[in-house]
Amino acid sequence: MTSSDENAAEGHGRPVVSLSGVSFSYGSNAVLQGVDLGLSAGSITALLGANGAGKSTLIKALSGANPGYTGSISVDGAVANLTSPSVARRLGISAVHQKVADGIVPGLTVAENVVLDDLAGGGTAVLRNRRRDLAEARAALALLGLDWSQRVLSRDARDLRISDAQLVTLARALRSRPKLLILDEPTSALTSAEADRLFAVLRTLRSDGLAIVYVSHRFGEIEALADEVVVLRDGAVQSATSRPFAWNEILHDMLGRATELSQQRSHTDRGTSVVATVDDVPLFVDSRPLSLTIRSGEVLGVLGLIGAGKTELAELLSGLASPRAGRLTLGGSPYAPKRPGDAIRAGVVLVPEDRQRQTVLPGWSLEHVVGLPFLRESSLWGRLRRTRETSRAVGVIADLGVVAESTETPIDDLSGGNQQKVVVGRWLSAGPRLAVLDEPFRGVDIGARRGIGERLTALARAGGAAVVLSSDVDEILEVSDRIVVLVAGSVVLDGYADDLPRTSIIEAFLGETDATPAVDRTDPIPAERTPV
Amino acid sequence: MSRIPPGTGITAPPRIEAALDRVRGTVGERVAAGVVRWGFVAVTVLLIGFFALTEPNFRTVDNVFGMLKFIAPTAIAGLGVMIAMTVGGIDLSVGASAGFAVSIAAWTMVIGNQVGTVAIGVVLACGALIGALNAFLVVIARIPDLLATLTTMFVIVGLKLLIVDGKSISSQMTLSDGSTAPGRFTADFLWLDRGSIGPVPVPVAIFVVITALLWFLLERTRWGRALYAVGANAEAARLAGIRIQLYRTLAYMGCGILASIAGLLLAARIGQGDVSAGNSLLLDAMAVSLVGVSVLGIGRPNAWGTALGAVLVAVMVTGFTMAGLPYYAQDFGKGIVLLVALLFSFTFSRKRTVVVAGSMAN
Repeated sequence: MTSSDENAAEGHGRPVVSLSGVSFSYGSNAVLQGVDLGLSAGSITALLGANGAGKSTLIKALSGANPGYTGSISVDGAVANLTSPSVARRLGISAVHQKVADGIVPGLTVAENVVLDDLAGGGTAVLRNRRRDLAEARAALALLGLDWSQRVLSRDARDLRISDAQLVTLARALRSRPKLLILDEPTSALTSAEADRLFAVLRTLRSDGLAIVYVSHRFGEIEALADEVVVLRDGAVQSATSRPFAWNEILHDMLGRATELSQQRSHTDRGTSVVATVDDVPLFVDSRPLSLTIRSGEVLGVLGLIGAGKTELAELLSGLASPRAGRLTLGGSPYAPKRPGDAIRAGVVLVPEDRQRQTVLPGWSLEHVVGLPFLRESSLWGRLRRTRETSRAVGVIADLGVVAESTETPIDDLSGGNQQKVVVGRWLSAGPRLAVLDEPFRGVDIGARRGIGERLTALARAGGAAVVLSSDVDEILEVSDRIVVLVAGSVVLDGYADDLPRTSIIEAFLGETDATPAVDRTDPIPAERTPV
Repeated sequence: MSRIPPGTGITAPPRIEAALDRVRGTVGERVAAGVVRWGFVAVTVLLIGFFALTEPNFRTVDNVFGMLKFIAPTAIAGLGVMIAMTVGGIDLSVGASAGFAVSIAAWTMVIGNQVGTVAIGVVLACGALIGALNAFLVVIARIPDLLATLTTMFVIVGLKLLIVDGKSISSQMTLSDGSTAPGRFTADFLWLDRGSIGPVPVPVAIFVVITALLWFLLERTRWGRALYAVGANAEAARLAGIRIQLYRTLAYMGCGILASIAGLLLAARIGQGDVSAGNSLLLDAMAVSLVGVSVLGIGRPNAWGTALGAVLVAVMVTGFTMAGLPYYAQDFGKGIVLLVALLFSFTFSRKRTVVVAGSMAN
């Protein structure tokens, strides 16, 4: 990755938006406590903070989605009253939120989605002019250096790949010629080639004088991109530093304790006996059959881009999908789970990719979420024994260091990292034979990530097996004993972490990317794999 | 509740005062929470108090049992809707199912010349079948629940009319060939309405027992927890190993059976197979179960809340009638009660209300 460009252009560095004593409370829970911050034209400010530090709340206040803030936010020196997103947009603040799907209206065409603000804002004409929409959409996308064909622009936006959908929301945000652009974890759904492309666009926008707030958990991106790093902790600005960044101090500011940025595993374990095998199973209709051996006593990291087959592999192992051909074995005998319950009874558990959609039960207490897979164990003749549920939840909280007031705290009140600890912890509490974790560190801060990684290592040391699937090289290097690289449904590299030089892993991971359809820029409509 | 020592873990520990503040809330919030929690109970108690003072007939034991007996079919059908709601579904066919049960019970006894016990068995089996049909349409055929159960409603109303030739069936009625029907409503069947266990009329006893059983099932057993899990997040429930299709099917079948029980009580009350019976039951049952969601600020379908909602409706209707208000004032009153209930559960409550009718289509 390249280092940041210097701010050369004239007029850069002038503060566009400044915050003074901005506070916000949800009920009596003070989330922001007097934030002072200046955001300058032609500068990329990275906003860092552990889960629950107040980043999202601050972004919402800036983009008009939290009208109840106190303190003052001024735009171009004049105090602004940001009461709604459309007010913020008129003042020149645009935001691209983390959940791309929320920004796309399925059923409308790609072009209509780009010019959506015109449709929503009433505007001049009652009747829409299809041709003008197309022209305007094309102009907006041209700002990002994209030249999509009319065929693509006229397709239903629901067919877009998630990365292209993200570009659509970005193009829309830029159409209003903002002074400040806010990006909330924009790369969490992008492949690294797509992310690089986004970075190039952001650098161009910066040199045009745009102020950019960039929220991410990925330090590599920030190192490559940001001019300034602002650390939030407990709802206040802990530190604000310019280049060159002192990462150890930044991490200390974030977490309140010393943490190493990149943690090489001191010790790589070799697995002992075979726990499970995948024998000649094609992950996609058109891909070559995949074979893989999973051993006890080691953490297996599966690295792959979006669309490489990680989720398909996870679903196969955990009984969500059945093999197209070939077979699975577990503990030496054939293994054909028909539904997740079968896999769980066989000792195979899954931490799914999308925490909000796939594991969180709105309004449920921590203790009930922890206990849900173990209803049978927690009950006698069908009657639930509360003490059993509570003690399991207490165990999970202690084991993973979950920060929660009590076992009855609603799961939605926990930060993302803590929710993830609860989910991982509940499965580990069952003492699984094989734990499968699909992108377990997405939206999870580095502290929680370390905690989860340590527990997986402990599971392996105790004779279990863990499979971690991720598209982030650093995450994989940090948790894995053995590393498998997946490209287009096939294993292209399989070896132990201490035998593999980092460069060869990255080469295998990215080597074929120019040839794979997943990053083919010319046609953003995918064949079938990842809908928005 | 077991407290976790603050400062466990890596992310910032919550300051204890802040944590306590959050538990306690401000005075205004506590008042609001209290109103949401106890408002409905208070309204019911106040209404009862008001009618008891103003209407001497209201405060008799007979009237109390009479009211409960009057509302029992509605309450039981409402409990059925409540079960469908726990899995995130809705059942618009409860009224039709109850009406079907009335005609089938009459048909079995009068035309089929069977005793009441047989009729009860046939009706319950029909209820389970109707539930299974709903479950098939929603779970297997993946038709959105509102549409699927609306379809079922039409189908079984039509089927009922076909079976009874569009006529009400009464004891010793004259058949189309000029002969007299062989059977009649038997005493064991009529006991369902007229009998009593100790001082308690049978319908009231059935109502209370069903409520208590459902409360136990939903709040104290793993099956109840699983039903709620399916309603709260079906995908999360499935990934936790719960057989969501099985639970959805059971919920709809349970709803069908309860609707049939409501129909049995109606049939026993009317004493004939009134072809229009059950028509008004759907809206009342729906209202009662929605009130149940908001009672005590629970924010999810529950048995005692539904029962209390039914009692409130009974008190209102009886009180209004005694006070000489016309029948249309009753509907107005019910509408107001429902509106207030919905305001409590969706607008004033800080909790997210989990039940959203018709959310089960996927």
